[in-house]
Amino acid sequence: MATSLLPARPGGCRFDLGFRSAIARVQPFIRKEPKATLRNGPLHAVAQQKLMWEALREAVDEEMEADPTVCLMGEDVGHYGGSYKVSYDLHKKYGDLRLLDTPICENGFMGMGIGAAMTGLRVIIEGMNMGFLLLAYNQISNNAGMLHYTSGGQYKVPVVIRGPGGVGRQLGAEHSQRLESYFQSIPGVQLVACSTVANAKALLKSAIRSDNPIIFFEHVLLYNVKGETKEGYYQPLERAELVRSGKDVTILCYSRMRYVVMQAVQQLEKMGYDPEVIDLISLKPFDMETISNSIKKTRNAIIVEECMKTGGIGASLSAIINESLFDELDHQVVRLSSQDVPTAYAYELEAATIVQPEQVIEAVQRVVGTAVPA
Amino acid sequence: MDFPGGRVPFTDRLSFVGGAMSPSQPTSCYRTLDSTGACIVEAEVPHDIDEELALKMYETMVKLQTMDVIFYEAQRQGRFSFFMTSNGEEATIIGSAAALSLEDHIFSQYREHGALLYRGFSFLDMADQCFGNVRGHGKGRQMPIHYGSKAHNFQTVSAPLATQLPHAVGAAYALKLQGKPVVTAVYFGEGAASEGDFHAALNFAATLSAPVLFICRNNGWAISTPANEQYKGDGIVGRGPSYGIPSVRVDGGDARAVYSATAEARRIALEHNSPVLIEAMSYRSGHHSTSDDSSRYRTAEEMSEWRARDPATRFHNFLVSRGWWDDDRERQLRVATRKEVVDALTEAQKGAKPPLADMFTDVYADMPWHLQEQAAEARAHAERHPGSLHGIPLE
Repeated sequence: MATSLLPARPGGCRFDLGFRSAIARVQPFIRKEPKATLRNGPLHAVAQQKLMWEALREAVDEEMEADPTVCLMGEDVGHYGGSYKVSYDLHKKYGDLRLLDTPICENGFMGMGIGAAMTGLRVIIEGMNMGFLLLAYNQISNNAGMLHYTSGGQYKVPVVIRGPGGVGRQLGAEHSQRLESYFQSIPGVQLVACSTVANAKALLKSAIRSDNPIIFFEHVLLYNVKGETKEGYYQPLERAELVRSGKDVTILCYSRMRYVVMQAVQQLEKMGYDPEVIDLISLKPFDMETISNSIKKTRNAIIVEECMKTGGIGASLSAIINESLFDELDHQVVRLSSQDVPTAYAYELEAATIVQPEQVIEAVQRVVGTAVPA
Repeated sequence: MDFPGGRVPFTDRLSFVGGAMSPSQPTSCYRTLDSTGACIVEAEVPHDIDEELALKMYETMVKLQTMDVIFYEAQRQGRFSFFMTSNGEEATIIGSAAALSLEDHIFSQYREHGALLYRGFSFLDMADQCFGNVRGHGKGRQMPIHYGSKAHNFQTVSAPLATQLPHAVGAAYALKLQGKPVVTAVYFGEGAASEGDFHAALNFAATLSAPVLFICRNNGWAISTPANEQYKGDGIVGRGPSYGIPSVRVDGGDARAVYSATAEARRIALEHNSPVLIEAMSYRSGHHSTSDDSSRYRTAEEMSEWRARDPATRFHNFLVSRGWWDDDRERQLRVATRKEVVDALTEAQKGAKPPLADMFTDVYADMPWHLQEQAAEARAHAERHPGSLHGIPLE
């Protein structure tokens, strides 16, 4: 069942551990790799394969270099370099003030970042784990989301709230949060989910330059995926990405589910199906232009998401598709979501909580019917 | 011994600190004027007030009182939805605001509009906001009293208590990073000091060496909850030293003491790159808000006793004792101010309301498609049912 991103259990690399209690344990591992990478060559080499955390780090580095008002704050982001290395060694270049280690209090450093953003900075706020940002929900919703509006446009809050989210590997319920569903209804915040090395860097760079408060979702299991980046590229935050062009069915996904879907697509191709795969990227607002053009072509839509079925991203997207594209559909919209349960620690139960490639294959078969070989 | 948590001496005595185990006297309350407004000659006054400053402070206190009375009545007449007064805390608010530079950023709770008045915000600006008209800086989006003016370095008030405290720390950090030699001043009540944000903000400011003045208005009441049900220990000031923050308790009814303490706190904050905590002791002489009737939980005797200790009268007596003020000027100021306030309310009430289209702007920097769609739907609905607009324009 495991995708190539899920190391075989047990003994695979545990890059997904980022919570406080585990830092000491994983530190020897996460310290080794970046040093080797830095020694082996420049991080900025064009067309060089890099890991997602390196791409994210480059985005932060380049934006901090270009704009002295950009800063990053959170727990362990300074000399430690962030639990997922996104600010690795940047404190040496920019100093401890711009790479600000704060005491532990999510609502506190969130409020601090918002206050700093109201006062002229562009602030990247790192949540060590997205789940902990529920502690900062008050500041995110009441202040980051609303102050631009309630101040009559006087105060902008250019913050990027970023960090690892999603279901990792046996991290238990509180460390396996999919907060996009919690955040999507807050007026005034924009939601972006990166999924590849290329889009992680290009989207983060755009997010830092945006005047809107952005919640930027990185997936805990994707920090070590490999890929290339396009230098100097700023990817539009509101545009979806066409991952695979096809004609049978539109599969809408985001974040790590892109890989689950593409794993299923390999099988589906062999079975004679020709699905179109779209990575939403923007979870609020949805890129309905790309989505509706695709659905008008395929006349079918399957949503594959890691968040909960009730009140989730898929629930919103499905409603919009039903409202605006009802006549374009040959089959009702199908949602493949996580179960509406806290994520269990036990490996097997955790796996059963999230969507598996087999479910995507079955959904395509159900929606499209028997494959007609091209 | 050097523990990672600190260098501490050993002892062979087992003793507990704090609470019932080590009763101590409460921190004294600094004052320079007695309860009648007479100067306490031996008082230490590192930053005294000259005539020009004293007159500006007093005039603003009178403005604040006049506005509070008339705006309060206007609310009771149903002219707008909500109001809050500063009665009993005028000296705390004006005394501290006067000690700040205009470049200092103020983060307020909601009962500090006197500081905004002191910075030149007009009655009309406030009335426009309360009526939510098109001229109002908040574009009719925020409830009365929740003012905000970037031009006056006064952040828009956010209703959930104490969220402004970490904002002030962040602003101080931003200003420090920008190399500006200024402080941020953040106001809050003793009730708000029970919020987690208070503790986080003090700890953040101390550990990050942020020049923030934490100004607590301890007015004794958090709506109906008295201060003695809000905390144990030495009030709010007692918490400062445990966070490593220089702290002072001041008589909030003594404008001269508040001024001097705030000016000194500001000096300490800038010289030592440190936050400072000020606890100003006063009394909320009015109701919490127009939604409250404090006679339900406070005795008439208590309220009338405190009303008799009007901080403005006390400061007035100080001015008279210095020969800076007289009855004629008092009469003229009161009459002129009253007219200004009434005129502002009349003018603001006549102001056009924001158009329907304004409902959708400023949510994002640019309007996303879903808001454009909702704006179009709202407009179409209004065009079909013009009465639903209650007279406001579409755009």
